[in-house]
Parts: sequence; C-alpha cells; structure tokens
Amino acid sequence: MGYPHKPHEKETVILSEYFGDAEARSYDGWVKRGGYKALKASLEMQPAEVVEIVKSSGLRGRGGAGFPTGVKWSFMPKEKSKPHYLCCNADEAEPGTFKDREIMRWTPHALIEGCAIAQYAIQAEITYIYIRGEFTEPLRIMQAALDDAYGNGVLGDNAMGSGRRLDMYIHRGAGAYICGEETALMNSIEGQRGNPRIRPPFPAASGVFGMPTTINNVETLAAVPHIINRGPEWYKSLSLNNEKSCGTKLFSVSGHVQRPGNYEVTMGFPLGELINDLCGGMRQGRTLKACIPGGSSVPILNREETESCLLDYEGCVEMGTMLGSGGVIVFDDSADMVYQTMRLARFYAHESCAQCTQCREGTGWTVRILERILAGQGEPKDLDLLLDLADQMTGKTICVLSDSCAAVVISTIKRFRNEFEAYMAGTREPGVVAAGVG
Amino acid sequence: MEQTTEYAPVFTGDNRKRLDEVLARYPAKRAGLLAALWMVQEQHGWVSDEAMAETADVLGLTPSYIKGVVTFYTMYHQHPVGKTFVQVCTTTPCNICGAEEVVEAFLEHTGCGDLGATSPDGKFTVIEVECLGACGFATPVMMNEDVIENVTPEKVPDLVKQYS
Repeated sequence: MGYPHKPHEKETVILSEYFGDAEARSYDGWVKRGGYKALKASLEMQPAEVVEIVKSSGLRGRGGAGFPTGVKWSFMPKEKSKPHYLCCNADEAEPGTFKDREIMRWTPHALIEGCAIAQYAIQAEITYIYIRGEFTEPLRIMQAALDDAYGNGVLGDNAMGSGRRLDMYIHRGAGAYICGEETALMNSIEGQRGNPRIRPPFPAASGVFGMPTTINNVETLAAVPHIINRGPEWYKSLSLNNEKSCGTKLFSVSGHVQRPGNYEVTMGFPLGELINDLCGGMRQGRTLKACIPGGSSVPILNREETESCLLDYEGCVEMGTMLGSGGVIVFDDSADMVYQTMRLARFYAHESCAQCTQCREGTGWTVRILERILAGQGEPKDLDLLLDLADQMTGKTICVLSDSCAAVVISTIKRFRNEFEAYMAGTREPGVVAAGVG
Repeated sequence: MEQTTEYAPVFTGDNRKRLDEVLARYPAKRAGLLAALWMVQEQHGWVSDEAMAETADVLGLTPSYIKGVVTFYTMYHQHPVGKTFVQVCTTTPCNICGAEEVVEAFLEHTGCGDLGATSPDGKFTVIEVECLGACGFATPVMMNEDVIENVTPEKVPDLVKQYS
C-alpha cells in the first residue's frame, strides 16, 4: 500500500509520521515539523555526550545485525590523528525489504539530520550516503534535499552556525546486492569491485580509504534525531516486555497479504497481528503457509511459528530465525516452496561476488540441484546433498552471503520436506523451470 | 565491411566539469569511477571498450581495471541495448505475486521474444532483475530510469505503447 494513507491504530508512528506528506520533503517543511532541532542541540554538546545518549537509548542497528548503535560509534578513535568517515548504507536490496526507500522518498531531511548527528558524534568530516543504483527516485529526492540543506547552512563549512565543517555526498551504486555488505560498500565507494573485505581490521580502525569509519543503516540513522529530541529514556520505554529490543521498527510486508506495505510498530509486536490485522490477512480464500520475517537471508517459519513469533531481535531467535532487516515475506497455500527456494538460491548465485569458493560454487550448485528436483529428475539422496552442501557454505566465507543461501535451503527443507519429497516421488507435476540467469 | 563510427569522447566541456566536481568529494581519484561510468552510459547508452579506455585515461587507471569494475556491476551495459531497457523484478516476493507472467507479457508485446534480446525495431530490451527493493508493490518494473509499481500483465500493452 503506497503513501499517503492513514496509519493503522496499532502502529506506533514515529519514523513514518510524515510518509505521504510531500511538504516534509523540503527544508522549510522539515523545519516546520520540528526538523534540525536535534542537530542543533547535538552540535552544542560534546561528541562523546551524543554517543552516550545513543548508547543509553538502546538503539540497535536496523540493517540486519542488530548491533548496538552507540557502542559501534564508541569504537571510533577518541583522539583524532586521521580523517574519520561515516557511511550511510542505503543499498537496500535484501529481498522483502523496502523501508529505507520510503524514508528517503518522504523524509530525506530526517536521514540527513541523523547522518549529520552521527557524523558529529564520531568526529567525521564526510558522510557518504551509498544509494543503490536502481533507486532513481530516492536518489533525486535525496540529492535535492542535500542541496537544500547546504543552501540553508545545515551542511558546509559552518554547519548550523557551529563553526564546524560537515560535508555529505551521495554515492550511487550500480547494481550489486553484495554492496550492502559493509566492507563491500566501502570498496565500492573507493571505485573498486564490491568484494567484501576480510576482518580484522574492522571499519572503526580501517574503513573507507583505510581510515576510521562507521557505517549505519538508513533506518538506524533516521531514528537518531528522535532520540536526541525526546531523550534516551523515552526511546528505551518503547518496548513490549523485552528491554533488549526497544524503539519502533518499520516492517516491509510483501507477498500474499491483502494490504502489503510498510508498517511501523513497537519492537516485540506479534507477527501474527501484523499479518492478520495491519495487513488485512491473507488473500481471499487463501490460508497462511509460511513467512520469512526478516528479509530473504533469515530462516523461513511455518504457519504455527509465524503465529507465535514476536517481532524483536530475541523473539525471532526464539523461533529459530532472525529479525534481520524487517522484510516480512508472506506465503499462502498456493506457494510452491521448492520453486521459491530455487528462486532465492538463484538470487544468491546471481549476487555472489565469487571471491570465496564455497559461495561461488555452492550457490550455483544449489540452484542446479533444485532445478533438477523441480524437473522431476531428483533422487532421494539430493536432499542430503543439499544439506551437506549448505553445511559447507556456512561459516566458511568472508561474508555471510553464502550462509544466507544455506539458511534458506536448510530452513525450507526442515519445514517443508514433504514438498521436496513429492517432486522426488513424482506425485507432483514437474514445474516449468525458466532458463537460469545465474 | 563493418561500419565504424568515430568514438565521441565523454569527458569534455561540461561533463569534464561535472566529473571534477565529483572527484573533489573523495581523497582518491579512483573513487570517481562509478560516477564516471554513469556519465559514460548517460551519453552512449552503454560502456564500450573505447569508453573504458577514455575513462581509464581520465582517472589514471588501466582499461583492464575498468573492465573488471564494469563487469561486476549489473547496471552498466556491456553492449548496446534497446531505447527502453525494461527490468522486471522476479525475485521471490514478486515471483509469488505473478512476476513471471509480467515478464512473458513484456516479451510478447515488445517483440523481444527472449530475455536479453533487443526487439527488431530496436525499441526494447527486457531482462529479469533480482530484487528492485519495492516488494510491497509487486510487480515493480524499471523502464530506463522510471520505476513503475504494481504492474500486472494487463497493464503491459499500455506501458509498451507509452515507451515506444
């Protein structure tokens, strides 16, 4: 469901308050809605104070890993001997996720303000906002807002009259999912192939251009001005019985629901309620079969697990999955889980940077085995082969793309083994498999 | 005999100025490469060997290095494509909502026939793309720089007409 529309009564609307309000896109419109107050207040504090506030708010990274944001910021060297950088990860490409796109489309200044505060807190001269190449509209809107922010003295050599120089630039990607991986993103900014780097060194020691760097997701940074304005205690109080996961989170819901779209709820919100109430339930005459709650890289849940899953970092782990990026993909009883597993494997095969053997070979091999099963030529031992391969693809590579592909395979076979076996037994019509693109 | 047309350089006049502005944002010249390649594609519609050589020259890199980067990123075209480049998202969230039927409709109505092939009139090239990041608006389709949401097979003939 696109914006504008009225939020559902069960939503807690903070980041998405001005989604659909075109006036909020301009500098004047943003200031009228209370914008840039948090940046002004931050610039009057010491950088370490800002870090402390964010640390005590309990904000955790919204890109997938859930690492405490303030703690990440505190890893940056306190004594500056080299330039520092902030990278904003706007390379949103995790299948099922489309929240950062809306933040940039509707509230570009919220992101700029969040970046500027973070940039000041970690004492960085420059922020690079890395936006995926396909996001042409967010790119245009973000660039216009940046120009507006420079024109009004928010950025530049005397940011908001503070006497400090803050610069911020957009770096456009060119089509590569892997560039959402933090070190691949840094290589891509440097004009290289987007290959992830071996860690250590970690970005806080040696990031983009070999300098101390912090990288945060769009949604994480957009939450920062609210925390500065309303205080860390307020943010911490936004939680449903689990103090380890607090704040609000945007969930992008796609697939077989009545009203797909973005929904902002307090951490810990029940996944079943998100699907049944906010999204209006399943399509007419259909029933829930499965759900991937955190973007395609997290394990899939069956119906029972979906209905009892709580949407926060710990609640998802309890169900054997992860909160990830909050991309909720909903499948009804019409979905062919074997075919969709193959499609996801094909995604990972296509997006593998091909540095590590386990990933380069493993993702392609996974696709070929699944295609064979779909064509009705699978053998009983193929499931064990897939699982064995998935094991070889887990925990052995530079980044987790390979692990993500393996997680899809392992979790789908675990929950929907009967569908795979039906193809093997020939009780299921061989699917028509479109030519591979991997 | 093969027809040859003279290569028109990209980084002259205003474009050169634009590139210099981009380069000023980074501590290293190489960081301007992705932006430079976008400028090449904007002017020529694809990134040819000649364009790679020119870009290498301007940024102080080697043509082989540039080729390594061009081949990594899927949005840079390594051969000419139709006037309108159509990318239909067919990754899982869109796939379960009927994206493959949208692909079929585009292949039929543009006359492209096959994925990656350009229509005989040179107007269209259609490909499947992995996740456009608009999964709640299945099926999203990119037509050159425009992202069109909620495309169904029924809407395809009008879109093809509009971009012809």
